[in-house]
Amino acid sequence: MNDQTMSAPLLHPSAPSPASDGGTLKMTARNVNVFYGAKQAIRDVSIDVTQENVTAFIGPSGCGKSTFLRTLNRMNDTVSSARVEGRITLDGEDIYAPDMDVVQLRARVGMVFQKPNPFPKSIYENVAYGPRIHGLASARADMDQIVEKSLRRAGLWDEVKDRLNDSGTALSGGQQQRLCIARAIAVDPEVILMDEPCSALDPIATAKIEELIHELRGRYAIVIVTHNMQQAARVSQRTAFFHLGTLVEYGDTSEIFTNPRETRTKDYITGRYG
Amino acid sequence: MSILAILFLVLGLGFVAWFAARAKAAGFQPENGIRPHSRPGHHGWYVALWAIVPALIFLAVWANIAPGLTMAAAIESPAGAGLPSPGMERSAILSEVRGLADGRIQGGFYPKAQEMLPAYKAARMRYGIAGASLALILALAGGTYAFTRLRPDFRARTRVERVVMIGLLVASLIAILTTLGIVASLLVETMRFFSKVSPVEFLFGTSWSPQTAMRADQVGSSGAFGAIPLFWGTIFIGAIIAMVVAIPLGLMSAIYLTQYAAPAVRKWLKPILEVLAGVPTVVYGYFAALTVAPAVRSFAVMAGIPGASSESALAAGLVMGIMIIPFVSSMADDSIAAVPQAMRDGSLAMGATTSETIRKVLVPAALPGVVGGVLLAVSRAIGETMIVVMAAGLAANLTANPFASVTTVTTQIVQLLTGDQEFDSPKTLAAFALGLVLFIVTLLLNIVALRVVKKYREAYE
Ligand SMILES: Nc1ncnc2c1ncn2[C@@H]1O[C@H](COP(=O)(O)OP(=O)(O)OP(=O)(O)O)[C@@H](O)[C@H]1O
Ligand SMILES: [Mg+2]
Repeated sequence: MNDQTMSAPLLHPSAPSPASDGGTLKMTARNVNVFYGAKQAIRDVSIDVTQENVTAFIGPSGCGKSTFLRTLNRMNDTVSSARVEGRITLDGEDIYAPDMDVVQLRARVGMVFQKPNPFPKSIYENVAYGPRIHGLASARADMDQIVEKSLRRAGLWDEVKDRLNDSGTALSGGQQQRLCIARAIAVDPEVILMDEPCSALDPIATAKIEELIHELRGRYAIVIVTHNMQQAARVSQRTAFFHLGTLVEYGDTSEIFTNPRETRTKDYITGRYG
Repeated sequence: MSILAILFLVLGLGFVAWFAARAKAAGFQPENGIRPHSRPGHHGWYVALWAIVPALIFLAVWANIAPGLTMAAAIESPAGAGLPSPGMERSAILSEVRGLADGRIQGGFYPKAQEMLPAYKAARMRYGIAGASLALILALAGGTYAFTRLRPDFRARTRVERVVMIGLLVASLIAILTTLGIVASLLVETMRFFSKVSPVEFLFGTSWSPQTAMRADQVGSSGAFGAIPLFWGTIFIGAIIAMVVAIPLGLMSAIYLTQYAAPAVRKWLKPILEVLAGVPTVVYGYFAALTVAPAVRSFAVMAGIPGASSESALAAGLVMGIMIIPFVSSMADDSIAAVPQAMRDGSLAMGATTSETIRKVLVPAALPGVVGGVLLAVSRAIGETMIVVMAAGLAANLTANPFASVTTVTTQIVQLLTGDQEFDSPKTLAAFALGLVLFIVTLLLNIVALRVVKKYREAYE
C-alpha cells in the first residue's frame, strides 16, 4: 500500500523526523499484529502518528480500531488474552521493550474513552488523580494550579469553577467527557488517544468536544476513533481506514474523503457498507 | 366421621369436577369464528376450585368451632346440670370428659365426667355429621354452580389466575404474619418482664446475675438484671474481634479474587470460600472450644496476661470472624465486580498501577457495598449462638481484656431457658427481653445495610 511513505521513518527510528506530509513523527507502528487468544484482531498494520496532526481511525464496527488504539498505550495489557506483535515506538523508543515502564508510558500517552468514566470522586479529585499518582505536585497550590489549567484547557473551567467539590459523576454527559479530557491533560501527556469520545453525547456537547480537539491540536498529538464520517472530516488532518483488522488506506483526510484510492474506502465513506 | 375422610371426599369431588368440566369445555366449538376464551384445563380448574375451596374453608372454620359447640351442648344437656361453677374443678371435669371421649384417659377421676360422657359423645356425633354434610353440600353446590356457568366465552382463565395470585399472596403473608406473631409474643413477655424489673435497670445496669431464689428464704434471692455486660460481650465478640478478623481478610480475599486471580484459580477458590458459609456453626463451636480456646489461654499464660481463662472473648471472636469471612468477601466481591470496568480502565490509562487502582478507585467506589456487607455480617455475628455458647463462657464480665471470659446475649438466652424454670419468673422472662433487644438491633442493622447496598446498586444501575 503506502510502503513508500513509511519507509523513510523506518530507517531512522530513533530521532523525531519529518513525516511525508511535513509533520513531526510522534509514534510509529510497524507490522503490528494483535491476537485475542487464537483470534487475530489486527493484521500487519503500520502507521505513523504525527505531532501536529489529528489522526482519525475510521472503519466498520469490529474492524479493530479500538484494539489498535489500545496498543498505543498498552491498554491491551489489561486484557489477559491479548497478545501484541510488531514494533511500536514513541519518540523512537520501543514501547513494548522489556525495560519500558507502562506507568510512565501511560502518563505520556493518555486516553479518553467512549463512555465518559469519571471516578466517583469530586471534580477536583478527578483531575488531581493523575498528578497525584505521578507525584507531579507537592504543594496544594501547585495542584490547584494544575487542576485549573487542565480544566481551562478542557474548556470546562467556567462551568465548574464554583463547584469543584461536587461529584464528577453529577455532571452532564458532555461535561463528564470534558472532565475526562481534563483528567488526561492533567498529567501533561504527549499523545492523547480518544476512542469514540462523542458517541455518547448530544450534538451540542459533540460540537464542544470537536472545538476542544481543534484547540488541543499541536500541543498534543491526537488520535481519535470515530464512526462519524463528518466528524473525521471536521477534526482530523490524517485518516486511517481499517477493515477486518487490516489498514486499508492511510493518508491526508482531504485526500481520503475526496479521492480515495481503494474502492473499499470509497464504499465505506459513501455509506455503501452494510 | 373423621375430618380426614371428609377432606379426601371433598378433594375427590374436586377431582371429578375437574374432569367433568374439562370434558364439557373440550366440546366447546368456536362461535362466529371466535375461539373459546379459555382452554379446557382452565375450565376444569375453575370448577374444581369452586368445589374444593369453599368446602375447605368451611371445614377449617368448623374444626375450630365444633368442639366448643359440642361441649356447650353437653353442658346444656340434663347430664350437665349440677356442674361446679366456672373454676379449676369445672375445667378439670370438662377436660376429663374430652379425654374420655377421645380415649386418651381410661377410668377417670370425677364421677360427673362419666355422667356427662354419653351426652358429650352424642353431641359430638351430631355436630360431626352436620359438619360433614355441610361440607359435602358446599362442595357439590359450588361445583354445580361453577359447572353451569361454563360457556365458550366464559373467562375461566382470568378467574383461575386470580385465585392462583391470591394463593401466592397468602403464602407470602404466612412468613410475615408468623414473624409478626413472634414479635408480638416477644413484646408481651417483655412487658411482663418489665413489670417485675425496671427497663432502666435492664438496659443500663451493669450487674447481671439472674439466679433468683426458689424459696424466699434463700440468699441472693433478688437477682440482678443489668444487661450491659451482655451487650458489651456481644459487641466485643461479634462486632469488634470478629470484624477485626473478617473485614481485612474478607476484603483482601475479594480483591485477590476479583483483581488478581486467574479465572481458573477463581473458579476453584470462590466456591470453596462459599462452602465455608455452609459449615454448621456447631462445628465452628467445637473448633473454638477445643482448639482455639486452649491455644489462646496458653498464649495468655505464657505472655503473663492476667485474667486468662479457658473460655475467652478472643477465642470465640476469632472463630466467629473466620465464620463471617465468606459473608464479607462475597459482598465485597459483588460490589467490587459491580464497579464498572470503565472505572478500572480509566485509572489504568492514567498510568496507575493495579494496586493504586484498587486502593484509590475500586475500593472507594465499592465502599458502600462493602459497608452494607459488613453490617449484614455484624448482624449475623451478634445473633450467632453456638460458637459463643461453646467458647465464650457464662461469666458476665464487663471487661475489655480479650483473654477474659465474657458472655453474650444469645448465650444468656440459652442459659436462661434451659433447665427447669418457672415460666413467669423474672429469670425466664429476661430471656424474652434479651431476645427483643437482639431482634430490634439486628433488624435495624439489616434495614440500614440493605438501604446502603441498594443505594449503591442504583449508583451504577
Ligand atoms: N477483550 C477481547 N477479547 C476477545 N476479542 C476481542 C476483545 N476485544 C475485542 N475483540 C475482538 O476484536 C475485534 C476488534 O474489536 P475492536 O473492539 O477493536 O473493534 P472496533 O473497530 O473498535 O469496533 P467498534 O467500532 O464497534 O468499537 C472484534 O472482532 C472483537 O470481537
Ligand atoms: Mg471500538
